[in-house]
Amino acid sequence: MTTHAGVTPAAAVPPAAGAARDRSPNRRRTSWAGLWFVLPFAALYALFLLWPMVSGLLTGFTDRSLGRDATSFVGLDNWAELVADPAVWSSLWNTLVFTALSTPPLVAIGLGMALLTDRARRVGWFLRFSFFAPFLIPVAVVALVWEWMYQPGFGLVNSGLTALGLAEVGWLSDADMVLLSVVITTVWWTVGFNYLLYLAALQGIPAHVYEAAALDGAGPWRRLVSITLPLLGRTTALVVMLQLVASLKIFDQVYLMTDGTGGPDYAARPIIQYIFESGFPSMRIGYASAVSYMFFAVIVIVSIAQFRLFVRKEESR
Amino acid sequence: MHDTTGPPRRPGPYPLSRRTLLAGSLAAAGLGLAGCGSVADAASGRRALRQWNLFTGGDGARMVEMHDLYRREHPEIELRPTTYLWGIPYYTKFLMGAAGGRACDIATIHLSRLRGLGIDRLIDPVPTDLLAEYGVTEQTVLPNIWNNCLVDGRLYAIPLDTHLIVTYYNRTICEQAGVLDSDGRLIETTGTEDFTEMLRAVRDVTGQVGVSLDTYGAWNLFWSLYRQAGGDMSFDGGQVTMDDDRALEVLDFLRRLAEEGLAPTDSNGPATAANFTNEVAGLCIQGNWEVATFETAGLDFGMRPLQGIFGEPLTRGDSHAFVLPHRRTPDDAAVRAAVEYAAWMLQHSITWAGGGHVPAYLPVTEDPAYLDLRPQSDYRDAVRDAQFDPDAWFSGSAAPLQNDAASIFSGVFSGATTPEQALARFRQAAQQLVDTPSPV
Repeated sequence: MTTHAGVTPAAAVPPAAGAARDRSPNRRRTSWAGLWFVLPFAALYALFLLWPMVSGLLTGFTDRSLGRDATSFVGLDNWAELVADPAVWSSLWNTLVFTALSTPPLVAIGLGMALLTDRARRVGWFLRFSFFAPFLIPVAVVALVWEWMYQPGFGLVNSGLTALGLAEVGWLSDADMVLLSVVITTVWWTVGFNYLLYLAALQGIPAHVYEAAALDGAGPWRRLVSITLPLLGRTTALVVMLQLVASLKIFDQVYLMTDGTGGPDYAARPIIQYIFESGFPSMRIGYASAVSYMFFAVIVIVSIAQFRLFVRKEESR
Repeated sequence: MHDTTGPPRRPGPYPLSRRTLLAGSLAAAGLGLAGCGSVADAASGRRALRQWNLFTGGDGARMVEMHDLYRREHPEIELRPTTYLWGIPYYTKFLMGAAGGRACDIATIHLSRLRGLGIDRLIDPVPTDLLAEYGVTEQTVLPNIWNNCLVDGRLYAIPLDTHLIVTYYNRTICEQAGVLDSDGRLIETTGTEDFTEMLRAVRDVTGQVGVSLDTYGAWNLFWSLYRQAGGDMSFDGGQVTMDDDRALEVLDFLRRLAEEGLAPTDSNGPATAANFTNEVAGLCIQGNWEVATFETAGLDFGMRPLQGIFGEPLTRGDSHAFVLPHRRTPDDAAVRAAVEYAAWMLQHSITWAGGGHVPAYLPVTEDPAYLDLRPQSDYRDAVRDAQFDPDAWFSGSAAPLQNDAASIFSGVFSGATTPEQALARFRQAAQQLVDTPSPV
């Protein structure tokens, strides 16, 4: 699993043709034939996506457990419990803090690296490779490597700090540090994806725009602020949205880097880990379903808010 | 996951060629075959026996050794053991497999978890007559361990061992500290003062700490000392009933050890073993499973039951046991093979004992080969009084109560929380678990 939802820039571009449709009756008949073509997909979609979603929602109103056969309807009990459960709110808070801490650097550093690559054409291939390479590493390897780097005493980071005469930091053992350590690891690991999106967008800016601006006497800074960044606006909207959704789904790195504990005092346990713990090791499928739907609502709200924000920006321009 | 837009495809219809169709159906057939985990290997006539376990440490190596012998003695059975990561990852796998009715044939669990894992729904009863046929009965296991395997009078688990919290001592350091007797054993101590006095002597030799403790897994030590102090804990009637004064006494003792520099303020499981092998500490209080680590390190060390610090020398124990995960479709032959395997493992647990665990099968513990096994047999008697975790679905090894306790008590060592705060938070966490509707 990676932390990114899978949409490529190409997929975000609406199909060009399609506005002008031939509405002759002849056409309509052939569209009925099309139904048969989408039927296999639609059936699988209904079976494996729509039905589980409905069934999950319904399960959230039961006391279903892996550990016993009988399941009964408990109304809003699970929802009342989750409102009063401090672990739900502290883990949701961790997820939100992680999102807030990780999204800005993931977008900004991705952009910075793309600008650098676009500039340094001669070593471009090398930069492209180095910046994107970490993204290709599986999460288990990333977590393992960084766990060793964060070790007290002999870990790369701490021995570097002590060599510089600084105090050691309990990267994974200090409750105040552990979430930040995961953020650093995640930025290193996944920034390559945003970088790639930005790089593609940068290469799509026509050179003549820059030439014209240069003729008008615009310096490099002016060109960056007045041409590059505005023309990257759509890409930024896409990158931010993908990044928010990906960061909200944080689980793998934390689980692996804290050996499944969620960090000292659960300081880094994200909401998905709590859902996992309630549902599987604790066997409470019903309760875990309810918490999942609460979290689903949070993701939807964040996505809508973000979408609104960017659409308004686009319109005001 | 990424959808990658692949290389540009040529437009137009894709005729389904015969070759593609053939390749596709072959692949589908292959998938279908791979999906059926064939129970009996038809070609060779050997029966497959799938075993799941959670032994990744030194005890895992012992299990591999036993399995090699088992395979040589059972050419008709194809043993397929799978090891998963200890704790939540293992139990997740076990629960999900059993919930689908298609787990393995036999699995290891911690006995302290048995009642919380869905008796009859996820774990099937063990046929005692079949077990007796292979030589394991109530008479061949200590009564306190056997009773823990019973739920409502029916047997659900076959105990392999009992593991305890023990005291390891480095002979070289302890000799210099003058805390060895004439036989080269650690001196007896009674009470907190006596014990801390010994730690001070050891600390003066190492120059660092006296005893190595797992400050991130302190439930084991807490429960041992709390039971020594006479404390009890129950969750009946929706209430956490515990003895606050005794708990505070124990937590305050742990705080003092760390504060005075007699024990570390910050040490996880691996560091606890490392502190002992690197002679940062001359003593180590930890589970008996570290014996293999210390032997490999070439230390001259001894082991003894945990001292009586707050009273009787009681110590927390738990057992590894075999269970039969629930089967959706009954298979008597598979159950027979599984029970025979478990009985065989018990009867050959002398190898297992080398890893530190005390065998549950009495004939092995009476075997001279075991009595000669030192230091592993030096703490065997403590099993009789082993203190199991309080009884609740959320209690036991790697269960929520233990995880919460470990997390909260770590602050007592580091100084981040006072014993009073830690107790209050533990009570709160336990009450939260009691209030949670039981999944079993």
